[in-house]
Amino acid sequence: MNQAKRPLLEVKDLTCHFDVSKPLLNRILEREPKSFLTAVDEVSFEVNKGETFALVGESGSGKSTIAKLIVDLVHPSSGKIEFDGQSLATSRGQAFKNLRRRMQMIFQDPFASLNPRWPVGELVAEPIYAFGLAKSRAEVNRTVEELLEKVGLSGRDAAKFPHEFSGGQRQRIAIARALSAQPDFLVCDEPTSALDVSVQAQILNLMKDLQDEFGLTYLFISHDMSVVKHMADRIGVLYLGALVENAAAEELFKNPKHPYTRMLLDAIPDHEMTGRKRQAIKGEIPSPIDPPSGCTFHPRCALATGECKVKRPEVVVREGTRVACWEVDRLA
Amino acid sequence: MTKTTTSSQDPYQVEPWWQRILNSDLFYDFSRRPVVVLSAVMTLLIISASMLAPWIAPHTPFDPASLNLMDGFTPPMEPNAFTGNVYWLGTDSQGRDIFSAILYGARVSLLVGFAAVGFAAILGITLGLIAGYKGGWIDTVIMRIADVQLSFPAILIALLIFGITKSLIPRELQEQAAVYVLILSIGLSDWVQYARTVRSSTLAEKNKEYVQAARLFGVTWPRILLRHILPNVMGPVLVIGTIGLALAIILESTLSFLGVGVPATQPSLGTLIRVGNEYLFSGEWWITIFPGLTLLVLALSVNLLGDWLRDALNPRLR
Repeated sequence: MNQAKRPLLEVKDLTCHFDVSKPLLNRILEREPKSFLTAVDEVSFEVNKGETFALVGESGSGKSTIAKLIVDLVHPSSGKIEFDGQSLATSRGQAFKNLRRRMQMIFQDPFASLNPRWPVGELVAEPIYAFGLAKSRAEVNRTVEELLEKVGLSGRDAAKFPHEFSGGQRQRIAIARALSAQPDFLVCDEPTSALDVSVQAQILNLMKDLQDEFGLTYLFISHDMSVVKHMADRIGVLYLGALVENAAAEELFKNPKHPYTRMLLDAIPDHEMTGRKRQAIKGEIPSPIDPPSGCTFHPRCALATGECKVKRPEVVVREGTRVACWEVDRLA
Repeated sequence: MTKTTTSSQDPYQVEPWWQRILNSDLFYDFSRRPVVVLSAVMTLLIISASMLAPWIAPHTPFDPASLNLMDGFTPPMEPNAFTGNVYWLGTDSQGRDIFSAILYGARVSLLVGFAAVGFAAILGITLGLIAGYKGGWIDTVIMRIADVQLSFPAILIALLIFGITKSLIPRELQEQAAVYVLILSIGLSDWVQYARTVRSSTLAEKNKEYVQAARLFGVTWPRILLRHILPNVMGPVLVIGTIGLALAIILESTLSFLGVGVPATQPSLGTLIRVGNEYLFSGEWWITIFPGLTLLVLALSVNLLGDWLRDALNPRLR
């Protein structure tokens, strides 16, 4: 890890509200105010070049929203996202196009992320054309062929359609397409959660190999702690849109600081510890429209005190880990 | 759609297009329905016969020089009392061969039908795609116009547009422009269905990840609509278009029957029916019945084809 250099991606106080109000007439008749859903709540983190930063959390914790915010598919309500010192929201023209190209995304569902009407060759070639990365048709074809081979498919697959491939193969096509833009940074939104367990490992290893080969930086989003353990250098734990813990991967698994992180880790099934008493996760994630006061985790937390119910926890640093909890020292 | 071919073949071998059609589920379903096959044959027969009218019609019915008034009112398959000429389907009051008139008339009907459907489809698809993808006030404006229009009968809208357009065109050009005005008015009365269908499909497609992926590549929204979403919403449009073709032909005939469609100098099937209608009660039934039968067979065949296409492409009815 390179501490002296500035991080490749810097996210600061990122917040995203969605307007989930009823239609105007209903609001007037029922005398209800506008209501908002806070999907992402003042999230800050950095990702260094060449590393994999993983975001974990339950369903509804805002993982996918952060992914979309970073690649500017969804616009933030406040906060800033800087990639290599530049921001997608403020750059224009050629700078914008270049920034767009450098940040690509791999989607969760390889059955939805590939247009079913396009042959694979055209799917993979689309970014090349869109960003003008090749001079001739022949060069495009050659690049597509190389990329398909790089992800473990055949160059001759270019003429086939997505429906002729399995889920794992489709995800390989999606990876090839993302790579064809020649990106530095890939946002991977649960890239293996739609795949069979046997295929997951292959895709993850492919992603690791490609990371080494192209010097890629990953933002890896997952709800699967064992996948994250395999992939990540640093891990951020999300709860109800807020980052509750941000630690180096090893440290997080060895020495989790936040009670929620402990709860997640206790729930992982483990081969070596078969028969171990696993702690099932208690309760459900609360509604992000009407979140609990103070620390949003307090209704599910065993350590919660009166302070937790009224005051939002500040981020403190303990042994290199950034954690948002009032009772962090009691736990340690 | 294509069934997988036997494994002995090279999997990278691309089948020729006709082989792919013959191997498709759609063609298999088609070949097992005699009524649908018959409809397709009848439709193709009428379309090709009317396209080839100048070559296969025994007479040129709208060239006054070739007509002989003595041939008037010849009943079908009977020699004329004065000239001895025999006409398959008889002649009208001016000695015009009904068979030839039908061929030329079907030509006008089909031209107006296809062009009106094409115009309605292009307009409806464009507005539907934009409304569905852009949302917000654009969506509201387009769809409210569609709702208002849907609450009036299509024939009323067509009559209204026809009337307005005609009043805008100078009198000497009216006859030439009649066909285009007809296409415009039928097309404008029929775009709503396409817009609604395409809009609802677009709403479903635009949130799929392949559209988001395209946005990441900086693809502009008109291109996303045209290259990504459009091919995925064309299925239902094809079905509406086929059924709409039958409706457009009938609407054209209705307008022509009412006397507001194409002029008598270049009659469509509807005009022929109207003209013949005047003689129905004096015993010359063939003048109106044969064009009527042609219209019936054409509209029915196209409609049956459309119905079959709708069922065959609906995965829930498989």
